[in-house]
Amino acid sequence: MTKGTVSGVISNMVTLKVDGPVMQGEICYIETGGDRLMSEVIKVIGEDTYVQVFESTRGLKVGATAEFTGHMLEVQLAPGMLSKNFDGLQNDLDKMEGVFLKRGQYTDPLDRERLWDFEPLVKVGDEVVASDWLGKVEENHQPLKIMAPFQMEGTAKVKKIVQKGQYKVDDVIAVLEGADGKDIEVTMVQHWPVKFAMTNYKSKPRPFKLLETGVRTIDTFNPIVEGGTGFIPGPFGTGKTVLQHAISKQAEADIVIIAACGERANEVVEIFTEFPELVDPHTGRKLMERTIIIANTSNMPVAAREASVYTAMTMAEYYRSMGLRVLLMADSTSRWAQALREMSNRMEELPGPDAFPMDLSALISNFYGRAGYVYLNNGEVGSITFIGTVSPAGGNLKEPVTESTKKVARCFYGLEQERADKKRYPAVNPIDSYSKYLEYPEFAEYIKGVINDEWIPKVLALKTRMQRGKEIAEQINILGDDGVPVDYHITFWKSEVIDFVVLQQDAFDEVDAVTSLERQEEILNLVTEICNHEFEFDNFLDVVDYFKKMINLCKQMNYSIYKSEQYYDYVKQIKAMLK
Amino acid sequence: MATAFQKIYTKMSQITKATCSLKATGVGYDELATVDGKLAQVVKIVGDNVTLQVFEGTGGIPTNAEVVFLGKAPSLKVSDQLAGRFFNAYGHPIDGGPEIEGKEVEIGGPSVNPVRRKQPSELIATGIAGIDLNNTLVSGQKIPFFADPDQPFNEVMALVAMRAKADKIILGGMGMTNDDYYFFRNTFSNAGAMDRIVSFMNTTEDPAVERLLVPDMALTAAEYFAVEKHEKVLVLLTDLTSYADSLSIVSNRMDQIPSKDSMPGSLYSDLAKIYEKAVQFPEEAGGGSITIIAVTTLSGGDITHAVPDNTGYITEGQLFLRRDSDIGKVIVDPFRSLSRLKQLVAGKKTRKDHSQVMNAAIRLYSDAANAKTKLENGFDLTDYDNRCLDFAKEYADKLLAIDVNLDTTEMLDVTWGLFRKYFKLEEVNIKKEFTDIYWN
Repeated sequence: MTKGTVSGVISNMVTLKVDGPVMQGEICYIETGGDRLMSEVIKVIGEDTYVQVFESTRGLKVGATAEFTGHMLEVQLAPGMLSKNFDGLQNDLDKMEGVFLKRGQYTDPLDRERLWDFEPLVKVGDEVVASDWLGKVEENHQPLKIMAPFQMEGTAKVKKIVQKGQYKVDDVIAVLEGADGKDIEVTMVQHWPVKFAMTNYKSKPRPFKLLETGVRTIDTFNPIVEGGTGFIPGPFGTGKTVLQHAISKQAEADIVIIAACGERANEVVEIFTEFPELVDPHTGRKLMERTIIIANTSNMPVAAREASVYTAMTMAEYYRSMGLRVLLMADSTSRWAQALREMSNRMEELPGPDAFPMDLSALISNFYGRAGYVYLNNGEVGSITFIGTVSPAGGNLKEPVTESTKKVARCFYGLEQERADKKRYPAVNPIDSYSKYLEYPEFAEYIKGVINDEWIPKVLALKTRMQRGKEIAEQINILGDDGVPVDYHITFWKSEVIDFVVLQQDAFDEVDAVTSLERQEEILNLVTEICNHEFEFDNFLDVVDYFKKMINLCKQMNYSIYKSEQYYDYVKQIKAMLK
Repeated sequence: MATAFQKIYTKMSQITKATCSLKATGVGYDELATVDGKLAQVVKIVGDNVTLQVFEGTGGIPTNAEVVFLGKAPSLKVSDQLAGRFFNAYGHPIDGGPEIEGKEVEIGGPSVNPVRRKQPSELIATGIAGIDLNNTLVSGQKIPFFADPDQPFNEVMALVAMRAKADKIILGGMGMTNDDYYFFRNTFSNAGAMDRIVSFMNTTEDPAVERLLVPDMALTAAEYFAVEKHEKVLVLLTDLTSYADSLSIVSNRMDQIPSKDSMPGSLYSDLAKIYEKAVQFPEEAGGGSITIIAVTTLSGGDITHAVPDNTGYITEGQLFLRRDSDIGKVIVDPFRSLSRLKQLVAGKKTRKDHSQVMNAAIRLYSDAANAKTKLENGFDLTDYDNRCLDFAKEYADKLLAIDVNLDTTEMLDVTWGLFRKYFKLEEVNIKKEFTDIYWN
């Protein structure tokens, strides 16, 4: 293997003189004071190889030696990753010693000794290609597949497959005869370089299947679909993280991967603390069982922050190739972009807008492009739904990260300072936010099947009413309450009903936090009925009184357990008010 | 300062305003050195060319200055002797007392493994309703005051520090005026709290770049008390905008490309490294905690500037002060202030109706703000508008003002009293289970 010696240090960028070939993106380890610092090649100029070190370089001296590994940054994929907490480089955080993270401490992401109940899915003589399912094991009630090596070329023949029984991840469970006639020993462990997308599927159609999140402003107003992409930009304090946590708790997915990328450590601790207690509303099992956390919090080394989103995406692709529905959340993609900026700055590259690297837009679109709904080679389906948050500087959406993301993500949930200030949570702006999937005929067809064909027109009608309500509010502000016809007040208050009853939702209330699709349909119908009702009032004060009472009843209904006596009682009172 | 076997360099190859370079070998990154007796730190090594950042500035450094490398990163001696003492940015006493004896620890040490943290869950009571009721603080939290330079943030912070039941209070002053330094000193000594205080001071009279060491010094001391002594430590950092200004000076002199507002592109990571030292340790690790209350001064209330903006994304909320013209007092602004961790204690460590009462009161206060706008634009007010305005005035006076000192249950009772006085049941929009109990 190639070796190198340190010839310069500027923060976490180190220059090496090397004695052999090196590869762009290759991983090497630099020895200093007994620590081995993991680094990645980012640039080669003549004699100098520039690497970014994933750790602090304190005390590093010229002349320190480095050893190259011959491979790029890659992850190990195997059963045993669910409910684990990894750092951005896939080190198992729970295996680390001590309270503080120690420099140069790398831990095994997998449990080598654990036994898995393996069941073969192929027999000797079968022909397989890369990623084909050879067998299955179960982890936390999820059916995981053991696949033919992802990197394998051409068609191979199964020469040997072990019988049903208990095996460790490193045991050889199959021997394949490769296209070149050589034997390939297959274990349960796969390796994959994180910066490359896995394309081991047959086709990637337009996604169409609603992904239920239990959050009304998403499901009803701007739905996201399995295999879809969305992003949540918002100034600080508008509830990005609360919304993201709500989605990851409630979404109907088999696997949830949360990449805490350059965000607060206490937010990750919240997940560590709550998820093992919380119950998945769809399966009744503990949320932690289906969750993987990639924690690279803001105080952890910057270079590893960039790696963390790729690590998370690669894991998601691994589960997708088993035919599972994966939800990937990244909080926040802006921190990832900032990590890129810090490095680009140190490399003295010519800066793009706001000093971000020029290829930021391309990197973001490639990354979002890795999500999707796919048909696997065996006809099964799998999906990665990706939702990223964006933290725009100064809350201004005209900045490079937001703009680049807007070009690729199909759902936009814009959080708004004004709504947050008024405590109208979730603070998703009902007018500027959108879901492109509402326009997909494939989606309309699907919704027709699971709900009915009136759903989308009703939703669109409410959206129009929200827009109208906003226009009227502005007019009332200018002309005064008495300066506009009473009808205007009625239209305005109808939009307030939509806002308070459908859009606003209390994420900290046990009942209101999650609304089933069935219940959302009832709310939608009820609110549509209120909005379509012709009201007669003499003056605007009566309008205000009436609708405040109405909103209060609807909110009490939202706080009541679905289909409880109390719930029906409030529905009855609301209907009575309409008479 | 050099010992017999240390190599002394005497040939500078470059001197700029803040840095100097020379040829040297065997030098470690981040290592300290003295240049003509002045403290400096290695910031760049290219081959045998080493660049040093001189904390006090390079004025007076000759090309043949003596350079000695100290073989260690900046460090602080920690022991119980720290208590009650005042230090400069290098950790040397400035109160005339003796040097500290203790274990030498490198500052800016590693971060806590996130899986070894505990979720913060202990309420920090301050008696100020604008904080306890609307923006409850929790141990292990990090939260700044966003304030204009003329606002009494240091006074409020001192008040919070004195009332909060912390075992140790560590004050890190960056670019603090001498007057404010004495204000803190007097407040602490008048309260008889000196034995609980440790201070690291960089005043406006000291070199600006030195203050880059202050937060790490303060937090190294805090970690000593929280980790080794299992204490509840409160760290006060004022003001981090001065700290960021120093960062931009250094990055500018190192020829780095500035990003927004001339701040270095790494501002977010630099600030996060400080704030993320806030932590609640689990019982197994002694149960100590570090809570950080900081100050970020704004220019003209602009929170979109890079410093408050990046801070807002890092900290768990922020507190705004505002002068309320209706009552002529300084209040904690209920609209813009936010404590993100409040739901960890609100209704759990406090009475169950806490969250709903808080939200309802703020919503009604916001209705009052709308009514005020209407009034200013010359429109007639409705009966509801008038009631909101009266409510807002009394609410600000009895609860939001910083001179309030109540416990949280009293705060809730006072708020219910105001609800009943000014509103109808359906106007407050609170869950029936609470109105059944408290609406009488």
